[in-house]
Amino acid sequence: MSFINYSSREINCKIVYYGPGLCGKTTNLQHIYNKTNPDAKGKMISLATETERTLFFDFLPLSLGEIRGFKTRFHLYTVPGQVFYDASRKLILKGVDGVVFVADSQVERIEANIESLENLKENLEDQGYDLDKLPYVIQYNKRDLPNASSREELDAELNPNNVPAYDACAVTGEGVFDTLKAVAKLVLTELRKGQ
Amino acid sequence: MQNQLVMFEEEQVLINAICDALYKDANAKAVLCIDKNGQAIASAGEVESLDITSLSSLTAGNVAATGGIASLLSEKEFAGQFHEGENTNVHISIISSRVILLVLFDGRSSLGLVRLRVKRATKGLAEVLEVLEKKTAENSNSILAEITDDDIDNLFND
Repeated sequence: MSFINYSSREINCKIVYYGPGLCGKTTNLQHIYNKTNPDAKGKMISLATETERTLFFDFLPLSLGEIRGFKTRFHLYTVPGQVFYDASRKLILKGVDGVVFVADSQVERIEANIESLENLKENLEDQGYDLDKLPYVIQYNKRDLPNASSREELDAELNPNNVPAYDACAVTGEGVFDTLKAVAKLVLTELRKGQ
Repeated sequence: MQNQLVMFEEEQVLINAICDALYKDANAKAVLCIDKNGQAIASAGEVESLDITSLSSLTAGNVAATGGIASLLSEKEFAGQFHEGENTNVHISIISSRVILLVLFDGRSSLGLVRLRVKRATKGLAEVLEVLEKKTAENSNSILAEITDDDIDNLFND
């Protein structure tokens, strides 16, 4: 749920990075954090286990500039990918304005991707959202790995509606900003349409 | 998409004033008003050294997690929370199921006083939120309607 503040002239939106465990959601945020001008970002918060697995969420506030005198601020969140953290994932989807599904391209993770995508749809429905009506993009991460599935296979399994999809290697940063820009653009376009 | 939270100048002034009054009346260190999705709405008191954005997001996460526990226990919600620290204590309350009031206080105040003053502030905030909700429903002519494709594209030009 976006927050428009006429007093401080700000538009605030929430974007959630979703996907199976170890697909690279946190790595996406870390890359964005590392490559963003200090003026445009706040502190990145990671609520993680001792083994650096996301326990509740990662959070990164980001400013993208001004539109018609209004500052646009995006709050980026990741969910914990491990299956048993489902209750936490549901909570983080509350008030979401846009979703990035980070898929793990490795051939052995295809089932985990499908399961996570189904879980995303169910959890959104529980919150009264429909993934088909939300600003939504897919990122195929780990494209650099030798065991990566082909784009055709991934599209066939994960992207039947042909939403915008981006190849990425979050560790090196390839495709990370393309994904972010795409979803941010869709969110702003959707906000405008909603008026 | 669900209803947006929209803040107008008049209501922002009122909420700021309520937070400021609570800060003074409760002898608090700081008061923050946060939307349930983690966006900071207003603050008062000694906030210069606080990372308000992070504090807002984590508080909202905390309230969401506690709400999840409430629902597992068939409770509607836990309306209040208290965290006791060595130097700073935290009192969290939910107003009209919509916003979170966070009060930071130390030995200059007490939990009893904070609770009492929060109760008074809650009434005022609930009234403002009600007005805000009506106003939002009536004012569809927002800044968003004026945004063009070019405006959005320009935002992403490197």
